[in-house]
Amino acid sequence: MSCSRMENKILGYVDGHLKESERLEMEKHLAACAACNLRVNEFRAVTGLLDELPVIEPSEAFDLRVRARVAAEPAKQSWWAWFAPSPRVVFAASMLLLATVWLGSRPPESSLSAADIDKINQNMQVLENYDVISDFAPLSELPQPVQNDDDSDANQTQKM
Amino acid sequence: MLDVKAGDEQSFALLLHRYRTPLVNFLYRMVRNREQAEDLAQEVFWRVYRAREDYVPSAKFTTWLFRIATNLALNSVRDNRYQRLEISLDAPVTADAEDGDEKTLDVAEKHPNIEQHLIEETRRKMIRHAIEKLPEKQRAAVLLHKYQELDYGEISKILDCSESALKSLLFRAYESLRVELAPLVAQQGK
Repeated sequence: MSCSRMENKILGYVDGHLKESERLEMEKHLAACAACNLRVNEFRAVTGLLDELPVIEPSEAFDLRVRARVAAEPAKQSWWAWFAPSPRVVFAASMLLLATVWLGSRPPESSLSAADIDKINQNMQVLENYDVISDFAPLSELPQPVQNDDDSDANQTQKM
Repeated sequence: MLDVKAGDEQSFALLLHRYRTPLVNFLYRMVRNREQAEDLAQEVFWRVYRAREDYVPSAKFTTWLFRIATNLALNSVRDNRYQRLEISLDAPVTADAEDGDEKTLDVAEKHPNIEQHLIEETRRKMIRHAIEKLPEKQRAAVLLHKYQELDYGEISKILDCSESALKSLLFRAYESLRVELAPLVAQQGK
């Protein structure tokens, strides 16, 4: 490995992030190159120096200021939200639909009074007979009943 | 972050607690002004909160967080809105307290060995100045590499460059630091 090829790998070597094969290649080069060896040591010294800078703590008001700013942020709504009904509207619409379906499935209430129903019950046998007779086929084959006018003519003839 | 996205406010409080110190330190080392660093950190958390519904876990949360922070810091440094006078960067390093963030003399008075303390403080100032003198992108790369311990893949995503470009960037940055801090490096080697 040449010194120029080493440049991009020197930091990875100092960090310990090189692959095993690259690390071995680097160490082989360092054993033979005093300049690169010195540079590696100096890079290590630099990273050590950077560790000397103290860590600062955010001020006590920092969290409060962040939370205040976040709290002041209005709830974000996309334009799709305009189409989305609120839960209360959805609930009310569902109730209305259920009520409509329930009322529609009920049998219609009778408009007859109790007196009408009693009257029908009393005449039920006659009504049943009427149903049978009105649709009784043999009756249609009978001759037509005699007209009233003919009856009156016949009476006059007999009188004469 | 997915819990925050789901509307869990407690999870946002946890995120705040976990990342406030590393974020403020990163920004402080970028802009060299504590008040400005805290303002920028607030901005970062606010942006994270605002973007929670659009968050897609395609990358690590820290990558996303420090990408926002780095962009804000780079813009802030470039705009020069909150930077101090450049004279402070080029001024000779002395033992005087040059900013209000670190009260050198107050601490020194309580220190049993004032001379030793002043030596340590001088070293820290040299290190801070060496970092400040780096170009912004190199500075961000070093801070993310050294203090946040992010890997090359994450840093390259944050800085929007390839991994090989990042390695080159970091090499140049550490090389500049090596030269700038040569007196201290020589002491370290002894």
